[in-house]
Amino acid sequence: MGLEESPSGFLLTTIEDLAGYLRKASVWPVTFGLACCAIEMMAAGASRFDLSRFGMEVFRASPRQADLMIVAGRVSQKMAPVVRQVYDQMSEPKWVLSMGVCASSGGMFNNYAIVQGVDHVVPVDIYLPGCPPRPEMLINAILALHQQILDEPMGVNRVEAAKAAEAAALEATPTSQMPGLLR
Amino acid sequence: MTAPAHDAPHATGPAADDYGPGVAGFEASGGDWDEIAREAIGEERIVVNMGPQHPSTHGVLRLMLEIDGETVTEARCGVGYLHTGIEKNMEYRTWTQGTTFCTRMDYLAPLYQEAGYCLGTERLLGITDDVPERASVIRVLMMELNRVASHLVCLGTGGNEMGATTIMTLGFTAREEILRLFEAVTGLRMNHAFIRPGGVAQDVPEGFTDQVRDMLPSLRKYIGMLGDLMLANPIFKSRLQGVGVLNLSGCFALGITGPVLRSAGHPYDVRKAFPYSGYEDYDFDVPTDTAADCYARVVIRIEECYQSLRIVEQCLARLDDTVGAPIMVADKKIAWPAQLAVGSDGQGNSLDHIRQIMGTSMEALIHHFKLVTEGFGVPAGQAWQTVEHPRGELGVHVVSDGGTRPYRAHFRDPSFNNLQAVSVMCEGGQVADVVVAVASLDPVLGGVDR
Amino acid sequence: MSERSGEVERRQQGPTAEVVRERTGMFGVHGSGDTSGYGGLTRTVTMPAAASRPYGSWFDEAVDVLAEVLGDAGVAFADAVERVVITDPRRPAEGEGPSRDAELTLYVAREHLLAVCRALRDDQDLRFELSLGVSGVHYPDDVGRELHAVYHLTSVTHGRRLRLDVACPDEDPHVPSTTTVYPANDWHERETWDFFGIVFDGHPALARIEMPDDWPGHPQRKDYPLGGIPVEYKGATVPPPNQRREYS
Repeated sequence: MGLEESPSGFLLTTIEDLAGYLRKASVWPVTFGLACCAIEMMAAGASRFDLSRFGMEVFRASPRQADLMIVAGRVSQKMAPVVRQVYDQMSEPKWVLSMGVCASSGGMFNNYAIVQGVDHVVPVDIYLPGCPPRPEMLINAILALHQQILDEPMGVNRVEAAKAAEAAALEATPTSQMPGLLR
Repeated sequence: MTAPAHDAPHATGPAADDYGPGVAGFEASGGDWDEIAREAIGEERIVVNMGPQHPSTHGVLRLMLEIDGETVTEARCGVGYLHTGIEKNMEYRTWTQGTTFCTRMDYLAPLYQEAGYCLGTERLLGITDDVPERASVIRVLMMELNRVASHLVCLGTGGNEMGATTIMTLGFTAREEILRLFEAVTGLRMNHAFIRPGGVAQDVPEGFTDQVRDMLPSLRKYIGMLGDLMLANPIFKSRLQGVGVLNLSGCFALGITGPVLRSAGHPYDVRKAFPYSGYEDYDFDVPTDTAADCYARVVIRIEECYQSLRIVEQCLARLDDTVGAPIMVADKKIAWPAQLAVGSDGQGNSLDHIRQIMGTSMEALIHHFKLVTEGFGVPAGQAWQTVEHPRGELGVHVVSDGGTRPYRAHFRDPSFNNLQAVSVMCEGGQVADVVVAVASLDPVLGGVDR
Repeated sequence: MSERSGEVERRQQGPTAEVVRERTGMFGVHGSGDTSGYGGLTRTVTMPAAASRPYGSWFDEAVDVLAEVLGDAGVAFADAVERVVITDPRRPAEGEGPSRDAELTLYVAREHLLAVCRALRDDQDLRFELSLGVSGVHYPDDVGRELHAVYHLTSVTHGRRLRLDVACPDEDPHVPSTTTVYPANDWHERETWDFFGIVFDGHPALARIEMPDDWPGHPQRKDYPLGGIPVEYKGATVPPPNQRREYS
């Protein structure tokens, strides 16, 4: 059934759904390349993979105009304050995608120089594994993030959802108490 | 000219809680900044901080520019924002595992770090001549394809930083063609860890040479399009010609190598001066120019792409002649014991090989285990190996204390050294030329900071 | 030139090889009740010994010219160059010349480093005009010579390469800066200061380059820990690489 056939010519929806629908369709990432992953991020924006299919080709140079920070690469101790400053400069609503294993957990660079996961510095919405992840993987992560944005509650509901998520995380069994599951 | 009262309404809070005695405060309402500054300070000294997060600085490079109007009077670089401690990490891994780390230094030219490091290790082991010919040919082939891929990104991002997005998309489209080949050989698009001490990780797949031959015309077409788009474009020319000039003596004083040195007229190329991996047997030219400006560097990079493709074609003929030849040294005390194969769950150890060592030879199993966990010992000493990286001369200084891990591995990255030229190239020019000059050096910050 | 080479010869009777490490035991286990017998193993790690004449290839000529140029500048070769080492891992047979992989290393006394660099750069028969940077190495067991600054020079004119190795004690980590001879070493010396704590006297601005300005310590020294954290996943803990078993 096409939209034009809907009875009475109007639709009912929630503001949350409508806002989520609009927000997810035009997520503008900030140009924030750090290391190897940034090259794959640029490749994802270039012609073969073409992020503009998802309304995301506009990489904004100014964090003030961006909604999504793709942390693409290893975050060094020297860079960490800069990452935080860029995040703080972004206006709400904003999301963070931790691209690649170095940004997510420090990866193979378990040493003095690298922050062991960018979530020590900024809250992360979605983690993307890989070293580096292929552009297809980045696009997949972005689509998953779009779904997350679409379903995101607003206002009071958002605060409650955040509280519920926090409570659930506190309740969850830590991985250190899950012995025997390592395969 | 008194310090502003702290309770006075401000758009933003004061920068410091308390102005120290040395910090002058100025209060002005309305008027032109020029006049206020002239009245208050007497001179205008503006320091602009570009980066480390700036779309035109080629990664996390920080530029501190002192400007007078539009003219740059002083330019300094701040690096270290991507320092990864790779050299230190390598001291805790075996010699073979080191390739996995050093490949991630300069991520646009991963195969050069691998090759330089493996050649240095082979030099310490004294097995340079024992590396099979086919392994050397595969190394050369991969390195030259990598040079083209790296130059394409350099040209593409350089164009993008001047506002020409088409150049970037074209460069990346052409690069994808090469990455497809890399993926066929190493299984990865970047960070390959493919070249190993003693040879390469595995042979090229069946039909690979034909795949490369099929790709070469389209790659030539893309490079030709890039050349057409850039070299005759009057806007491009006026932005690049006469900008970022660094003459020959400046290059030598600052240790600049690669396309930047060759743009000043000296045909110094490690492949010709100190050949490695059999480069003396390949037929290719080293393009030079005498303009020593950013435009000359673009011309040289495009010409180097064509020269690399010439070498690639010679490699393909040699690969066809040596099908089935070994790709790893014969010495089983050094050669990585695994035979790789593609299984149902991706690439890994060949099941046949595992069946053979598990089922038939206890010694082979022990040997495999020892070599993989402990690694091979390397005689104590130090070695220096350089390779011609797309950005210049990459030097690898490896020190062994006779153990199975590097005692020290130092990489003299060309981008790190070349960035020293930013001050010389930018001072006295316009702010807009800084971006062009930095792009012509093509620094990759992963290599700079390691 | 001949009496010069005699002096070079005499100098080589001195210390021949540098002991950089005394290694005991195996598998990195120390102080436990080791019953394997490996605990008693002791091995001395020495760097390649000083070479004897003739060195072969272009090495004799270059060393002789350097001795002459230094002599003209009023520096005795024996004071400036502690040791001449030819490393040739391919170990050519007796009577054969050095292989293509042979490398010439001059162990230079730090107080004469600048004179040696200047001679190497300016003399027309040497002409090492391109410096490829400084690399630091830390040998904590080489008492009195813990920190080494290693310079790699290239002669584009003659197609030659050599290495200068300058040692300094940990208590007095000072080496003269070579930036006046090779401006290219500017950042490389800053990097070596940053990672190893070698102070290059006379450097125009010896500031940290890779680490943040307020970073404590010099991270690539052997006594600086790698700084990894144990990685824990579902009950299993993987220690950082510097706390795992070592085989050598």
